[in-house]
This record gives sequence, C-alpha cells and structure tokens, in this order.
Amino acid sequence: MYTEKVMDHFQNPRNVGEIAAADGVGEVGNAVCGDIMKIFLKVKDGRIADIKFKTFGCGAAIATSSMVTEIVKGKTIEEALQVTNQAVANALDGLPPQKMHCSNLAADALHKAIEDYHNKHGK
Amino acid sequence: MNRIYLDNAATTPLDPKVLEAMLPYLTEQFGNPSSIHSFGRETRKAIEDARAVVAKEIGADAPNEIIFTGSGSESDNMAIKGVAMAYRDRGNHIITSAIEHHAVFDAAHALEKEGFRVTYLPVNAAGLVSVAELANQITDQTILVSVMHANNEVGTIQPIAEIGRILRERKILFHTDAVQTMGSIPVNVRDLSADLLSMAAHKFYGPKGVGALYVRKGVKLAQLIHGGAQERNRRAGTENIAGIAGLAKALQLANAGLAENQPRITGLRDYLIGRVLDGFDHVRLNGHRTQRLPGNANFSFEFIEGESLLLNLDLKGIAASSGSACTSGSLEPSHVLLAMGICHEIAHGSLRLTIGKSNTKEEIDYLLTVLPEIVTKLRDMSPLYNSSRKECATCTLKR
Ligand SMILES: Cc1ncc(COP(=O)(O)O)c(C=O)c1O
Ligand code: FES
Repeated sequence: MYTEKVMDHFQNPRNVGEIAAADGVGEVGNAVCGDIMKIFLKVKDGRIADIKFKTFGCGAAIATSSMVTEIVKGKTIEEALQVTNQAVANALDGLPPQKMHCSNLAADALHKAIEDYHNKHGK
Repeated sequence: MNRIYLDNAATTPLDPKVLEAMLPYLTEQFGNPSSIHSFGRETRKAIEDARAVVAKEIGADAPNEIIFTGSGSESDNMAIKGVAMAYRDRGNHIITSAIEHHAVFDAAHALEKEGFRVTYLPVNAAGLVSVAELANQITDQTILVSVMHANNEVGTIQPIAEIGRILRERKILFHTDAVQTMGSIPVNVRDLSADLLSMAAHKFYGPKGVGALYVRKGVKLAQLIHGGAQERNRRAGTENIAGIAGLAKALQLANAGLAENQPRITGLRDYLIGRVLDGFDHVRLNGHRTQRLPGNANFSFEFIEGESLLLNLDLKGIAASSGSACTSGSLEPSHVLLAMGICHEIAHGSLRLTIGKSNTKEEIDYLLTVLPEIVTKLRDMSPLYNSSRKECATCTLKR
C-alpha cells in the first residue's frame, strides 16, 4: 500500500531526534487519529541549518516527517514556508488516500516551528 | 526470508485434508443440489452429510438446525436481523455487548434505525460483561440477547453458559458469535444454552466465504435473502457445495485435534505473554489473563503506534495485527479497546499476535529477538517517550 519511497523513509528516517537549544519548535497533533509530530529547528543567517523530528504515528506519518526535514534542510525560511503538504506527499510518490491527512501533519509542524522561531526572534 | 504467520485470528490456512474433501465438488461432482437427477442427488447428499457432521460436532439435536451461509458476518446478520424481524410483534428490545464484532455491532445499529431499542452492555477492564448487569437490563420487551463467545481482538472468553442458563429460564432468545472459539476450544450449543450460534470455516483451517448458523428447532427467522427454497426456505441461492463440505471436514478435524492443540497453543501463548511482560517496560496485556482464547496475545506498547509496529514486523517477515486508529481504515481506534477503558494513546500501541496450530516455539523466540529492537527504534522516534515516562493519566486501566 505504500510506495518504495515511503518505505525507504519509514525504514531509514532522516533527521530523527531533538535539538537541545532549538531556535524554533513546532508540535502538531492529528485530530483524526491522534498522532503527534514535533519539529526542531536551528536557524543560521536565515537558513535552516539543522532540523530534527520526533513522531508518534503510522508509517506515512513517519515518512512525511522524515521527508519534510530532508526537503527543507539548508533552505531559507522563506523557501521552507512555501513547502506544502501536497509537495511532501508528491516527493514520496504519493500516499494512500486515507493517509493523506498524515502529510498535513508534516508541513503543519514545520510551519509551526518557523512561527515559533519568528516569535522568539521578534519578527 | 522465512515468513511467520501470527495472525490466525484474522484467518487460517486451509488444511490440506480439507482441500482434499472439497476437490470432488470443484471438479467432477458439479450437479445443482436442487436437481432431481443423479448429478443433483450426489451433491445434495454431500450437503446433507456435512449438515449432519456440523450438527453432531456442536451438540445440536438435529441436522436441520444448521443453516449454511456465506460467512461469519452473514451468520451474525441472519441471527440478529432474522430474529428481530420475526419477533417484532413480541417486543422491540435487544441486548448485546459493547465489544461485539462489527457484524453484530453494526447489525444492531441498523436495527436501531428500524425502531428497535438496543442496550450495549459495558465490559470491565479485562473485557468481561457482567452477568448481573445483563440480567438487570432485561425488560418484558427483550426479545434477543447476543453476546460473543470470545472476542476477536483481545481474546476474552465470556461466561456464555451462565448467560445462556439465565436467558433460557427467562425464555429470551440467545445468540452467540462463536466465530473465534469454534475449533479453538470446545463449543457445544447444549452446554451453552444457545438458541443461535455463528461460525465461519476460515477461522478453523477451512475455506473462506462459508459459514454456518445454528438455529434451535422452533426459533423463527425472517429471511434475509429471498429466492429459491434452499436451506429450507431460510437462505436462497445455489449452495457452495465445496465450501460446505470443507467447513464440515475442517470442524471435524479441528475438534479431533483439540485435545492436543489447545494445551500446546495455550502453552505457547503463556510463554509469549510471560516473556513480553517481563522483558519490556511500559507494556500491558489487553484482555483477561487466563480466561482468553488459547492463541491470543494482545499487548499495548506505550508511546508507539501500532501500524509502525506492524510494518516493522512485516519487514522481518512476521504477520500480526493492531487495533490502532492508523490501521483501521476509518482511522478510529478499536471500539473494543476503548470499551475496556483503554485510552486512545494506549489503544494506538496495541499489537495482536494470534498463534495457530502450526506455529512453533522457535517462531515465538524469533519474534522475541526482533521485537525489542523495533520497540526501541520506534520509542526513540516518539515525542511521547522521554517527556512522559509515567502512567497514562487518561486510562482507567492500571498496568
Ligand atoms: C468474532 C467474529 N465474528 C464475525 C467475524 C466475521 O467473519 P467473516 O469474516 O467470515 O464474515 C469474525 C471474523 O473476522 C470474527 O472474528
Ligand atoms: S498518523 Fe494515524 S493514520 Fe497516519
């Protein structure tokens, strides 16, 4: 039911973990199935220097978390804000229809982490 | 990779001896059992022989108390809707439990839309209904009680004989869904005082797509499928002869093997449960410790989600199942776990391993060697793990 890319990110998730003194942290809970995803950012010169995630959820939730960190690592904050849920799903070659809400989690958590960074840094 | 099948509650492989019993009806014996010629007579005989076998295996008084159906779900629907509609003039109240299989649960919901009143009996933390509470809920409008013999998810075996005795005294019809117990433990309609009882062949090494409903003599049933006069006007449709022959053979073999298989499978289950409860932190056993199906072990691994667990096990060649919302299609957690007072987070981490007659201790040991690394990997990834290494506050259940 999952694509090879989903299974790859599920089996070998990129950027798992936490960042101790993160510049921004975003957490979202999924109202539908009750999963939780947390994203930690380190920002340097307007770019995402480091990013890590922790996720409690299904295969799609883990794969989208991993993929979103891979997509935005090294990108500017502005570029990261452009990343959509659909883009994350597309980068994984798609998700099963009933799992599409899981990809909402990934981009939402990223955007929340950026919001937190902006709040902390007075933007 | 060697594959290990630990999902025997979902379905079981066809026993080669059952296949052998089915083959004649998939090849040379093709007659329509309703035909009067010799081709029809030989398949008619096959069906009636099978009916006699099933009746005898479950302690029925007569073969015509057995109706062959297309699945366990159909048997359940036929019992619930068939009785409700046939006895509508006598009352409109039905009692069932909160942990029934969807085939009973959703049939009861459908009847509520038809104007019936349905009581869903709560269960305790181990998944048991209270017999006293059941007796309390009976009114002069109660026409049917349906409580499953054993639960498919957590394996808890209900006090069916006790419930049956009370209902027989009160002259209220009693249906039990024995889909999970048939062939796993002794099932006898007389001992259980059941008026109706459902089974499905594929749960006891028979073919898929065939079931049976026991209906005690004198119990009226409204017909669900109209048409021909098959099954004494109770279920129209040319019979699945191979399936029916297979069901009877499978039941005979399963019951003949009970004395050997039941203790052996129970031993493997208890070994697995003991090792998991001793070997992991933050794990709990769902369901009753001893009053459970021989092959059923159902755990909740806190802080991790069931589908991720299943996918990781599958990558190691192990087939299992989960009550997690993420695996359910509807994205709802298991109604069974929730009814037992288990919160959403713990239901999420549920893992059901169901042992069958061909599983070995070596297979359980292999599972026990791969499980720790999978659980550790997922917990390390979980935002819930380090922050909250404490009891789940929302659960009524204590480990
Ligand atoms: C307790 C119980 N009842 C009913 C069913 C439905 O059986 P079937 O799949 O043959 O329709 C099942 C099987 O999933 C079951 O476990
Ligand atoms: S996170 Fe629950 S279905 Fe994907």
